[in-house]
Amino acid sequence: MTNWSVILNIAKTHLLTKIKQTSTAALGVTFGISSYITLVCFMTGLNGMLDDLILNQTPHIHIYNEIEPSKRQPVSLFDNIKESFNVVHSIKPKRSQKKIHNALPIIDYLKANENVKGALPQIKTQIFYIAGSIELGGNLTGINPIDEAQLFNMSDYIVEGSAKDLHNTDNGILLGIGIAEKMSLKIGDRVQVSPINGGVFPLKIVGFYQSGIADLDAIQSFTNVKTVQRILGEANNYITDINVKLHDLEQAIPLSKKIEQQFNLTAIDIKTANAQFETGTTIRNLITYAVSVTLLIVAGFGIYNILNMLIYEKMNDIAILKATGFSGKDVQLIFMSQAMIIGFVGGVLGLLIGFGLASLIDTIPFQTEALPTVETYPINMNPVFFIIGFSFAMFSTFLAGYLPSKKAKRIDPVKIIRGQ
Amino acid sequence: MSTVLEAKHINKYFKKPVHFHVLKNINFSVKKGEFASIMGKSGCGKSTLLYILSTMDTDYEGELYLNNKLISGQDREHLSYLRNKHIGFVFQFHYLLSEFSVLENVMLPAKKLGEKSLKEIENDAMQKLKMLNIDHLAKKRASRISGGEKQRVAIARALINDPSIIMGDEPTGNLDSHNAENVFNIFKRLSDEQGLSLLIVTHDEDFAKKTDRIIQMGDGKILL
Repeated sequence: MTNWSVILNIAKTHLLTKIKQTSTAALGVTFGISSYITLVCFMTGLNGMLDDLILNQTPHIHIYNEIEPSKRQPVSLFDNIKESFNVVHSIKPKRSQKKIHNALPIIDYLKANENVKGALPQIKTQIFYIAGSIELGGNLTGINPIDEAQLFNMSDYIVEGSAKDLHNTDNGILLGIGIAEKMSLKIGDRVQVSPINGGVFPLKIVGFYQSGIADLDAIQSFTNVKTVQRILGEANNYITDINVKLHDLEQAIPLSKKIEQQFNLTAIDIKTANAQFETGTTIRNLITYAVSVTLLIVAGFGIYNILNMLIYEKMNDIAILKATGFSGKDVQLIFMSQAMIIGFVGGVLGLLIGFGLASLIDTIPFQTEALPTVETYPINMNPVFFIIGFSFAMFSTFLAGYLPSKKAKRIDPVKIIRGQ
Repeated sequence: MSTVLEAKHINKYFKKPVHFHVLKNINFSVKKGEFASIMGKSGCGKSTLLYILSTMDTDYEGELYLNNKLISGQDREHLSYLRNKHIGFVFQFHYLLSEFSVLENVMLPAKKLGEKSLKEIENDAMQKLKMLNIDHLAKKRASRISGGEKQRVAIARALINDPSIIMGDEPTGNLDSHNAENVFNIFKRLSDEQGLSLLIVTHDEDFAKKTDRIIQMGDGKILL
């Protein structure tokens, strides 16, 4: 039989008469939790931003024709020398087409797959940007601008103009910002490009592209699929790459394997292509949690210490409570509830302060060449962090309160009363 | 007359620092309405006996009956309940919760028992304080009143649940003669007017002589 109102009343009186110690203990928790919230929101925000920087633009599966030597050289087809040891010198890559055979039916087939969010054709080709007598080497990629913007956040990297402008303009080009600076070009100007096999084509600049990776921005430009096909003099089924975006990233590996087998093409999944980003994210998360947990453990020791002292101070009270009929369990509950109240108040305060700090960081300007669309420091306010922080506050104060309260439970009132 | 408290063949040993037989085969009983005192020299085991009778010390051999029910060997939770409901305590040192008001100190055991509403408990507590002429102190902090007053508050607290028996471990030991007299008179009045049983351990011969019965102890045995 537990009389909670009495127990909580005693706990409350103890806490209020020792308001300085109580607030010190609670502030310890507040500090731990608020730093945890701030840290984790900021760090995961940064993580998300860095991942987006690369991963957003990266297709989950990239399908293309790899230029590589044949795995089986003709000599191995010759039965007479099957059992002997062959050495083939100076192997050359097999001559094959860059174009994906039957690309359009493959795209339709992929789009029918329920795991696939979208499959977009691309044509990649090398060109020269011609500025007077100077030729600058570069890449021109033919895309479907509207779909790219939708699936791969292309618009985030278009600093002037828009994907729609490109879509609407025949012979339009979305020029890399690096090239534009080199050639002093602005929107509405014309730039001449020349494919490797000759000819010069003037294209109208409809916008600028800035990925944040300077090397890329100095060579890469985009135009419509049809425009590239025309420049190269190819038919409208000439597609060199297919980019696939999935609903679930985890499906990337199995699906890419399946595609390789089925169509005899190379299919690279996002995980293989960007393994290092995952590692970076994991390590940053690890650091965040290590720091936060340390802070909370320190706060926990603070509570442990203060409760321990309180129990020594309250020995007489404990003895008298026990003598007048409070059981050991009641006494334990009194001290446990003190710890939990400290944890609760400190935790809630910590969540509020953490929220405030994170919101503050969210408004601090953060401008960098590399990230054209980011204006303030990135913050990831995930409610899960708040739940974790609060649970940890309650859990650590529970542990910190449990040991001293257990001691209070075991105190023998006879010893205290007779010892006076 | 019915028996409130009865001890049969109580034996108690101290194991530390040396093995020592403190209480040797104690048999006695307290009847309803009886005002008994235990006397004896320091170290004869009278306080030890009192704490066994109070159910706080459970490390003993023998049988203890409260209102004719065996209470030896019961679990601590239940013993706490019995102590709360049936036994009132007054110690040599006053042992009030110093951060609470006088009234709250008196009310606490009744709140723990939880048989009455808060209003009734408060009413009861005020009545007990009035009976002991300290009702004007009700709202004061327990740490702000004098020693004699504290002891009366402790008595009021012991009475709040209308216990079967009041036990005292030298309740007048720390008081001057005037206050000691006062406390004795309160006990006497409770015994006479309300038929309360009292068992008081004391060194004070004058105090003991005025009680109904003196239990003399020596070397862990009851002499008289």
